Amino acid sequence: MQHKVIDVKDVVIRFSGDSGDGMQLTGSLFADASAYFGNEISTFPDYPAEIRAPQGTVAGVSGFQVHIGSSAIYTPGDYCDVLVAMNPAALKSNVKWLKPNATIIVDTDTFDEKGLEKAGFQTSDPFTELKIKNRNIIAAPITTLTKDCLNSCGLDPKAGLRCKNMFALGICFFLYNMPLKHTEEFFNKKFSRSPELIDMNNRVLRNGYNYAGNIQAIADTYIVKPSKQKPGLYRNINGNRAIAWGLMAASEKSGRPLFCGSYPITPATGILEELAIHKELGVKTLQCEDEIAGICTAIGASYAGSLAVTTTSGPGLSLKTEALGLAIMAELPLVIVDVQRAGPSTGIPTKTEQTDLNQALYGRNGESPVAVMAPHSPSHCFVTAFYAAKHAMEHMMPVIVLSEGFLGNGSEPWRIPDMKDYPSINPPIVHKLEPDEPYFYPFKRDPETMVPRWALPGTAGLEHRVGGLEKNHKGAVSSDPMVHQQMVEERARKVELLAREIPPVKVIGAEDGDILMVSWGGTYGHMLSAESHLRSQGIQVGLAHFDYINPLPLNTEEVLKRFKKIIVFELNSGHFANYLRTKFPQFTYLQYNKIQGQPFIIEEITEAINNLLK
Amino acid sequence: MKFTPQDFKSDQEVKWCPGCGDHAVLAAIQRALPEVSEKLGYSHERYVVVSGIGCSSRFPYYMNTYGFHGIHGRAAAIATGIKVANPTLSVWEMTGDGDSLAIGGNHLIHAIRRNIDINIVLFNNRIYGLTKGQYSPTSQWGTVTKTSPFGTVEHPFNPGALAMGARGTFFARTLDVELKLTQEIMVEAASHDGTALVEVLQNCVIFNDKTHALISEKSVRADRTIVLRHGEPMIFGKEGDKGLVLDGMRLKVVTIGENGITKDDILVHNAEEPNHGLHMMLCEMTWPELPVALGVIRKVKDRTYDDMVRDQVIEVSDKSPIHCMNDMLRSGATWEVE
Repeated sequence: MQHKVIDVKDVVIRFSGDSGDGMQLTGSLFADASAYFGNEISTFPDYPAEIRAPQGTVAGVSGFQVHIGSSAIYTPGDYCDVLVAMNPAALKSNVKWLKPNATIIVDTDTFDEKGLEKAGFQTSDPFTELKIKNRNIIAAPITTLTKDCLNSCGLDPKAGLRCKNMFALGICFFLYNMPLKHTEEFFNKKFSRSPELIDMNNRVLRNGYNYAGNIQAIADTYIVKPSKQKPGLYRNINGNRAIAWGLMAASEKSGRPLFCGSYPITPATGILEELAIHKELGVKTLQCEDEIAGICTAIGASYAGSLAVTTTSGPGLSLKTEALGLAIMAELPLVIVDVQRAGPSTGIPTKTEQTDLNQALYGRNGESPVAVMAPHSPSHCFVTAFYAAKHAMEHMMPVIVLSEGFLGNGSEPWRIPDMKDYPSINPPIVHKLEPDEPYFYPFKRDPETMVPRWALPGTAGLEHRVGGLEKNHKGAVSSDPMVHQQMVEERARKVELLAREIPPVKVIGAEDGDILMVSWGGTYGHMLSAESHLRSQGIQVGLAHFDYINPLPLNTEEVLKRFKKIIVFELNSGHFANYLRTKFPQFTYLQYNKIQGQPFIIEEITEAINNLLK
Repeated sequence: MKFTPQDFKSDQEVKWCPGCGDHAVLAAIQRALPEVSEKLGYSHERYVVVSGIGCSSRFPYYMNTYGFHGIHGRAAAIATGIKVANPTLSVWEMTGDGDSLAIGGNHLIHAIRRNIDINIVLFNNRIYGLTKGQYSPTSQWGTVTKTSPFGTVEHPFNPGALAMGARGTFFARTLDVELKLTQEIMVEAASHDGTALVEVLQNCVIFNDKTHALISEKSVRADRTIVLRHGEPMIFGKEGDKGLVLDGMRLKVVTIGENGITKDDILVHNAEEPNHGLHMMLCEMTWPELPVALGVIRKVKDRTYDDMVRDQVIEVSDKSPIHCMNDMLRSGATWEVE
């Protein structure tokens, strides 16, 4: 039968199933194939903290959302056009994300009495029970069909059942007229040592595709045309990998070997894992005994001349707090990456939040300001990590990078940069004494920048001592009141002066007027989409999104001044709004806050603006 | 490289209490380092002294070397980072019983487990001195301190046994008053590839005076301690007539010449024996049952963490087609947009 092919601008597909069903892989493969096809993509995984929660239960549902478009898209999408639900629990937990006319693909084999009971359904009709009104339901016995397919070609159906997710993927590929070639190549490469696995996966994928073509349930199919992207070489990148690569890039530019001391913690572990792979570029990683050792080994490595990094999430940053003070006091370069998750305490480890900003800004004893930066998209993590390392080394100070679970695990296509387009990094490494120094003064500063020099152990004649005790410029321990005040002020000034090197905050949309939306970090995509949505409705607002939090860009005050109302959007109770209140108390800051472990939904933002206009 | 102890003295005034055991350790290390330099060819700038918090942790300020006075308990982690980043450095960690066995216990055992090539000097005075006299993880049962007015009810750690448990490759013990032995042990520690833990039984003259006096007093020292030397029989005593033998599963003191015991019956110390069973027993000897063991109790060869990290980097880079960031950014799955 002939299907009509309908052009659509963008589509959101949510793959969901049991946490052992391979939904993350299925979603990633769809995203990769779309990217190859030339679509814009944005993805986000939504998975439980339990590795294998009880099978078939709502707690064990793992999801992966893919948003593809024929023009620029900035978020993984709020609601989905297609939901793949591999079991009743997946359907139940994702029904709230369905668009009114969404297509639902279900594996009917799992919708038996037992499956429905595990998912907590009261009746045998889950669709009615969930009040799902639309009729775009592709109800396929996916398990049986996968088994049959493998049986017919003599493959072990028991082992092969794991690839039933590929059957579902095949259906989606048909639905969106996507070529299978890229996914087939992926299997050929991944299972190059096991031809049977290649055969199994490719057969089931193709069977799903063909099945979709043969059934009556699909009247029309869709196509998301390739977008007009800037020419160049592209790859998909997630935020955690981009952080790792940005740090490696900074290592190359500075000539300082990269050292990462870390302790595994969700959702930051991916950075340590990624760095551990890249020994070919001289990266040394140390999986430590705890978070404190993570930062302390990094401080040691920094003292010895490495670009030193420690990666963590909120609870880990709490543990590193004292040592971070040491790095401030010893005036050593250090990059601390916090991939934020929902807190406090263990909180919801796999869910995203922006609730560590106060901790990053203020969470230490004594007068201890640090530079704080926040990436705004998965690929922007590369840029942020690169500059964090540059600032840390050139200013001899710790820099905190506040990433988010949403960015760390989210991915997007990235036009691969050329390293020649990135600036050089020039750490103030010293090789010999100044004429006026009888011995090395570790805290003698550049009067312009307040930056001390980096004397590496092993350099003859520069022996000196650093540490947590207050010291004078010559490095002698001092409890002199005036020395303390001076050193406190100089260390603070050093952080403030970074502002001269950072880009001004840009205003997107209206340059001035009634409303300025303010945001920072990983909410950028949603804010940008909301601004563009509002503009399409004839509502003019400005959007100022901050990548640098401490110090703030020099034009911040001037930007805030241009608008009558300022509303700060963040995934916390108002950390950035309060920070702005302390910096620029002359303005009034409205707030829109969400603390649900979930990213914003675009319509929440537009609604908040509409309410403001009422 | 020719240096004198003077080359390792800083211009800082030493602020430990008069009579503190730390003075002797400082002198011993300042005497040992010229010897280490001569033996191993280390230049002056290759030494880094790292510490945590506590009286002994003021050590870096008194050494004219690179120095890092860290935070409480974390010296082992800082020292590990320094050594991994630059394995050519000679890294010395100065720490106390509170610093490395209480707050920093985790880092100590993991440094030893990894066998990172650093030297850890553990000043054991069985008390918190800098905070003015609270019990520590090595305080003996029943010790009365400000925080244990009715006596402690905790088992103390034995640092040597802890090192053995963590599969340590080097453990030595000395007394603050045995300056020459301390110096000799420091040179041994420096020439060992791997984590060298040296426990110094050290006196806190203010808050825990005479804590080791039962064995360290000059008049009784020879009878109550034994200095172990690799390849030599385990003989001790003023008269040199006492020795150690194995009696079933236990060590026992015997007197040469009594009950038909000859010198040949006495155990010969083998610090290089990979099995740490006997080393553990030697570490745990306590007077009055047995003499307290001093000297190098264990020194075995094994791969070091820093060497293996470095070797892996070399091995992987040699095989990899990726030589710079531009190579890497373009590796793996990419696609061209025309």
